[in-house]
Amino acid sequence: MLSKALDTYFIGIENSYQFVKQYFKQAFVPPFHFQEIIHQCYEIGIKSLSLISLTGFIIGLVFTKQSRPPLEDFGATSWLPSLMGIAIVKALGPLVTALICAGKVGSGIGAELGSMRVTEQIDAMEVSAINPFKYLVATRVTAAVITIPILSFYCIVVGLLGSYVNIHKEEATSFIAFFKSSFSTISFLDLYTSITKSIFYGFTIGMIGCYKGFNASQGTRGVGKAANQAVVTAMFLIFIEEVIIVQVANWIRYY
Amino acid sequence: MSEKIIQNEPVIIIKNLYKSFGTLDVLKGVDLTINKGENVAILGKSGTGKSVLIKILVGLLKPDKGSVIVLDQNIAKLNEKELNALRIQVGFSFQNSALYDSMSIRQNMEFPLIMNNKNLSKTEVAKAVHEVLEAVGLKDKMNEMPGDLSGGQRKRIGIARTLILRPKIMLYDEPTAGLDPITCTEINNLINQVQETYNTTSIIITHDLSCARETGDRVAMLLDGKFAKIGSFDEVFKTDNEQIQNFYKYNFIQ
Ligand SMILES: Nc1ncnc2c1ncn2[C@@H]1O[C@H](COP(=O)(O)OP(=O)(O)OP(=O)(O)O)[C@@H](O)[C@H]1O
Ligand SMILES: [Mg+2]
Repeated sequence: MLSKALDTYFIGIENSYQFVKQYFKQAFVPPFHFQEIIHQCYEIGIKSLSLISLTGFIIGLVFTKQSRPPLEDFGATSWLPSLMGIAIVKALGPLVTALICAGKVGSGIGAELGSMRVTEQIDAMEVSAINPFKYLVATRVTAAVITIPILSFYCIVVGLLGSYVNIHKEEATSFIAFFKSSFSTISFLDLYTSITKSIFYGFTIGMIGCYKGFNASQGTRGVGKAANQAVVTAMFLIFIEEVIIVQVANWIRYY
Repeated sequence: MSEKIIQNEPVIIIKNLYKSFGTLDVLKGVDLTINKGENVAILGKSGTGKSVLIKILVGLLKPDKGSVIVLDQNIAKLNEKELNALRIQVGFSFQNSALYDSMSIRQNMEFPLIMNNKNLSKTEVAKAVHEVLEAVGLKDKMNEMPGDLSGGQRKRIGIARTLILRPKIMLYDEPTAGLDPITCTEINNLINQVQETYNTTSIIITHDLSCARETGDRVAMLLDGKFAKIGSFDEVFKTDNEQIQNFYKYNFIQ
């Protein structure tokens, strides 16, 4: 009991720990709301698809364009495809997807559940014997865990396409040759790490959005706060996870 | 109202109930017994803990002290499954209706029904939805969204949504608050009609005296965290308790 702020901090940690535990307790026992999970996957996909397409393509294109001059100095432009492969598959694809989804999906979930909380819709579910955690939280988190890795993969493909457009324009490399050489330096471990990362990102985005929304208070002001905090907290955690997972993957590589 | 025969068969027994939030003591020793088929109106000023009291009845809030027995079951001793089985038998109409605003009116009705009875056929569900919407007189709103309804209509839809599970007990949280006198009368009639058709036991929370008089077989006056007086409408207001008299005076002046 050092101070009140410290107290609330630790209570917050304890509460979020309980929330995560609750997910693992409820998500894997029937009844499963498959229809709702599919609906949420669709929502997540639809919400972020256009932005991911645009951002992925442009990042691929611009990144290639800007990496060209320094490589040209060494006459090493033939390395460009594999360099872009590494950058997009290992780092940019999953990270960009996660950040976009934290903004679009995380805030959406936070606001939606937040408004359901403050208008007593969650209580209404509870009194009609429907488990709101299972129906609202478990389905959304599961949907995020399924959808965000798929979106990451999509972002990688679109990013490489952007990169290919630039390389084709300058070097007239064929499509197949480009993909062959961009994947030449990518190992299974790299792909595996990227997917694992995306799963963690998806879990984080879904969980934080739901936690903030589910525990919203103070009327409509609380809804805005929940949405805002969902984005900030999710982004913060995504960067921390990025560092940790890359570190762990490196350890695995060398042992 | 007074001709109705009420059996001496308690379905809700509240004993010595206490509840506080932090330093705010809301309920301070509430006692109330409600018999089968009875409508009890709970009156009280804003912020006296009326909503808190009925939320405790369905286990949305936990009391600090005291016991609550609903349909012969002690709320505090139930596990999740038992509590849900009990909740199906208790309809809760929220103060602000709490309609699911991402769903249409029809889906609002279907949702609690389907989630609790997985093996109902489509026609059975449709029939149940029609029946409750008919009961509240809003069948034509079936395919609209909650956002497009007026406050009074939302209230009635909220009541219909709880009726669909065929509850034995109905809890109405301020069913007439913020509505015009005509709509109030409609809602009062609806409450009485629900009681007759479905033979429910009801608690009606209100600070509207005409609503209490129209719907309540008994009236209970919540003052300072306790029931100051319980009895028929006339009994309760034939008193020299100044606070109760004030409540009466101001209600009819406005
Ligand atoms: N979950 C909660 N956390 C903290 N305080 C609460 C909570 N719920 C209610 N309160 C407090 O308890 C008191 C009683 O609230 P309640 O909603 O029961 O009032 P009410 O009698 O229903 O009033 P109204 O007629 O305005 O609806 C209020 O002061 C409120 O601030
Ligand atoms: Mg209230």
